[in-house]
Amino acid sequence: MSATVEIPYITEPRPDTGLVNVKLGTWLFLASEVMLFGGLFSAYILLRAGAETWPEGASILNVPLATLNTFVLITSSITMVLAWASLVRGDFSKYRRFNYATLACGLAFLVVKYFEYSAKFHHGLFPSESTFLAIYFTLTGLHGLHVVGGMTMLAYYAFPGSSMWHTNRVQFTNRVECAGLFWHLVDLVWIFLFPVLYLM
Amino acid sequence: MAEDLEELNKHVRTCIAVFVILLALTLVTVAVSYLDVPPAAAITLALCIAMVKATMVVSFFMHLISEKKLIFFSLGLAALFFIFLLILPVATNQTEVKQTVEVKY
Repeated sequence: MSATVEIPYITEPRPDTGLVNVKLGTWLFLASEVMLFGGLFSAYILLRAGAETWPEGASILNVPLATLNTFVLITSSITMVLAWASLVRGDFSKYRRFNYATLACGLAFLVVKYFEYSAKFHHGLFPSESTFLAIYFTLTGLHGLHVVGGMTMLAYYAFPGSSMWHTNRVQFTNRVECAGLFWHLVDLVWIFLFPVLYLM
Repeated sequence: MAEDLEELNKHVRTCIAVFVILLALTLVTVAVSYLDVPPAAAITLALCIAMVKATMVVSFFMHLISEKKLIFFSLGLAALFFIFLLILPVATNQTEVKQTVEVKY
């Protein structure tokens, strides 16, 4: 004997919160992410304020490549918005195209990051070299892992996860919207990382 | 439904405008870093531009501007602790302990 348990408030907003559960859960998760990066930014301030000398980011890091990566991430954010908007309009093939574009931007970001990292390693600049490089690799490494995590989620919703579109369109659209929220957070963190590490 | 779609189209148009502004602000951030301004002013300016960009991403891309109160509350709490985390190192760096002692003769 099997029983189907209906999970409530997946497509209809919960009356007391006015939200579908997935959206509230995602925002709470994002709040915890703010604290995760907040702790590391706090460590950055402590290390920088306590250091006798602090190098100018541009003298060690590649500003043009980082600027390019900033453009790439901002572009991926708009393609994410367009992917979600396509689903709301009921245009699944357009959603797929914009999802692929977002994934391509994520991949481009990682490739540029790979070149940046390998150039540093090639010159013997490892995290153990200086406090600046230690916090640089920690912050950008954690951010890079978030890009990989976001891409994994987007790839899931582009391929196997997208079958839900044929069974429950509203739920699938909500899921993609929340995946987008996470993706925008990744962009948001980079908006701060870029000037803090490369331009100051 | 038609109204919802009109609302969505408006939202998408706003997001595209935000996208262009974000690209422009990125160029401004890089340009400002090459200007010969005192470090304190350069850092303040770069962080102010980053704050403006972040506000635009959260408000429009993440459409927080039209979200429910509960989300504002949970984010407000996170923001409060985030500010505390940023102030904490500054306070820790304070080596001098100031204390008022009442002396009785």
